[in-house]
Amino acid sequence: MTERVVVDLDHLTRRFGSFTAVDQISLEVYEGEIFGFLGANGAGKTTAIRMLCGLLLPTSGGGHVAGFDVLTQSEQIKKSIGYMSQKFSLYVDLSARQNLEFYGAAYNLDRRTLADQIAALTQRLSLGEFIDRPAGSLPVGWRQRLALAAALLHKPRILFLDEPTGGVDPVFRRTFWGLLYQLAEEGVTIFVTTHYMDEAEYCNRISIMHAGRIIEMGRPFDLVRDHGAANLEDMFINLIRAQETTGATH
Amino acid sequence: MQRIKFIARKELYHILRDPRSLMIVFAMPVMMTFLYGYAINMDIEHVTLAVVDQDKTADSRDLVSRFYNSGYFDRPAVAPDLSDIEQLFRSGRAAAVLIVRPGFGSALTRHEKFDLGLVIDGADASLGAAVQAYTTALVNQYQIDKLPIGTHPPGVFISRQVLYNPDLKSSHFFVPGLLGVILMTISALLTSITIAREKETGTLEQLLTTPVTAREILIGKLLPYVVIAFLDGALIVTFATLMFDVPFVGSHLLLVLFGFIYVATALSLGILISSVTKTQQVAMMLAQTTTLLPAVMLSGFIFAIRNMPVPLQAISYIVPARYFVRIIRGIMLKGASIEVLAAQAAALVGLMVLFMFLAARKFSTRIG
Ligand SMILES: Nc1ncnc2c1ncn2[C@@H]1O[C@H](COP(=O)(O)OP(=O)(O)OP(=O)(O)O)[C@@H](O)[C@H]1O
Ligand SMILES: [Mg+2]
Repeated sequence: MTERVVVDLDHLTRRFGSFTAVDQISLEVYEGEIFGFLGANGAGKTTAIRMLCGLLLPTSGGGHVAGFDVLTQSEQIKKSIGYMSQKFSLYVDLSARQNLEFYGAAYNLDRRTLADQIAALTQRLSLGEFIDRPAGSLPVGWRQRLALAAALLHKPRILFLDEPTGGVDPVFRRTFWGLLYQLAEEGVTIFVTTHYMDEAEYCNRISIMHAGRIIEMGRPFDLVRDHGAANLEDMFINLIRAQETTGATH
Repeated sequence: MQRIKFIARKELYHILRDPRSLMIVFAMPVMMTFLYGYAINMDIEHVTLAVVDQDKTADSRDLVSRFYNSGYFDRPAVAPDLSDIEQLFRSGRAAAVLIVRPGFGSALTRHEKFDLGLVIDGADASLGAAVQAYTTALVNQYQIDKLPIGTHPPGVFISRQVLYNPDLKSSHFFVPGLLGVILMTISALLTSITIAREKETGTLEQLLTTPVTAREILIGKLLPYVVIAFLDGALIVTFATLMFDVPFVGSHLLLVLFGFIYVATALSLGILISSVTKTQQVAMMLAQTTTLLPAVMLSGFIFAIRNMPVPLQAISYIVPARYFVRIIRGIMLKGASIEVLAAQAAALVGLMVLFMFLAARKFSTRIG
């Protein structure tokens, strides 16, 4: 099958002062793929995603998202992507519906389309019971579904999800991933960061980030096999250990 | 347009969802008007004045009685010990002491120059200034009454410093200006925290991943507060006219019109502050420092702008209160017409455009 590249990064770098949070990362993500972005705390995952969403300017290097340049075309990028930030960032004092209406307007949806989309997403994400409650009063798992709904309103081609299942119980996570699979089947590309190794196994491909750099990338099964590890978790831990010992000898 | 409307609506939800803050938004300006207005009103009435009359003539007694009959000065409750004036002030038994040395009566009849002693408790600077001004006025009036018409008063003066309006009704002069100052600080405070708050909670990050533009966010956030600040203004103007018996001779409609322009200008300054700060706390501090002091010192509210050093005069041109203090005094006290005040209003519009323009330039649709 011929795969279309929807995200490509070329030595993307971001420094904060003298500290390099993202260090020359290069990768390609294909249409309809679920791409897992793994890394320990502080590895630079959020910083990388922010650059891809047009929230942060790269210090050097570049890339394309949905065919648009991350350095110069963030306006166009914003129209084609949906973003769920690591921290819940909808308005807690507004109801779920008011949040969706607000974001629908932010994406310039007309009244009809917006109403249809809210109805469809409410149904699909089983949000009906919560739709008129203040977003801040929803249980964590439901908040995250609401955030996903807000990110899907304008039918984006690419979804950036920054630890979308943080602090959520396994059952909820399983259904959330079920939703992601459905979306991927519909052709939505999903770029997702996670800490959970079981979630990493659900991804088509993963990259492992350490101290701002991508140290390994490939299909989860292939990586485990190539490293002769028992499972993904062992491989991940060994990789990070190896990095830290080489880092220490520098 | 659609997006501006929705941002404005969302902002209004925030305001209405939080009745406690809304209470503060309306209660605080009324409180400020009450406290400051009352403070200003108090300094012209019921100052406790002790008198040392060493002259003991009919003239000196007449002068002293004029002080006490003026309504501004009260006799001390107990006869004070005048040997230790410092102690007198410290204990609060008097705020000023008038000393009439021997020879006052005869100097007056001979039309000679004479010095009166006045000791003022300087702890409250504005009170001190008021006492000086009233004493001067009372003594001048006394001379005019006593001396034959056409005689040049020999000059019994205490101070040339006249800080207050000539009819000594300071509330008339001050309260409208005070309203301008309060509206300025409240309005700027209102909007200064709106964007900073979204930066703090992280909601701005989510919003900035949508195609919304900086201009839409800024205008959308400004609009609902124009209504709130305007209602605030209407409330304190009504409150002040009832409470302080300030005349309102001009057109209410004109004040409504110019009031809208003024609060929009003040709110724009808040928006500018909000777009350059990262936290609500810093935004609030910046709003305070950029509005309160300039509005009090450089607006003509207390000090005449034309008497200021040139650099300060220059700065006063970017202080919105400068224009509004003239507008509100003009309308309330003199019934000024729209033609007279149009230039002031135009200056306000100019500042508003400037503030919003700078805000749009400074507001980044990126984070970090
Ligand atoms: N605005 C900033 N200024 C300075 N340093 C920053 C900034 N943002 C991030 N960093 C630093 O960059 C590094 C990477 O942060 P980032 O949030 O991208 O990591 P992460 O992989 O998302 O971690 P986590 O799993 O904890 O979310 C961290 O050391 C962080 O302190
Ligand atoms: Mg992160």
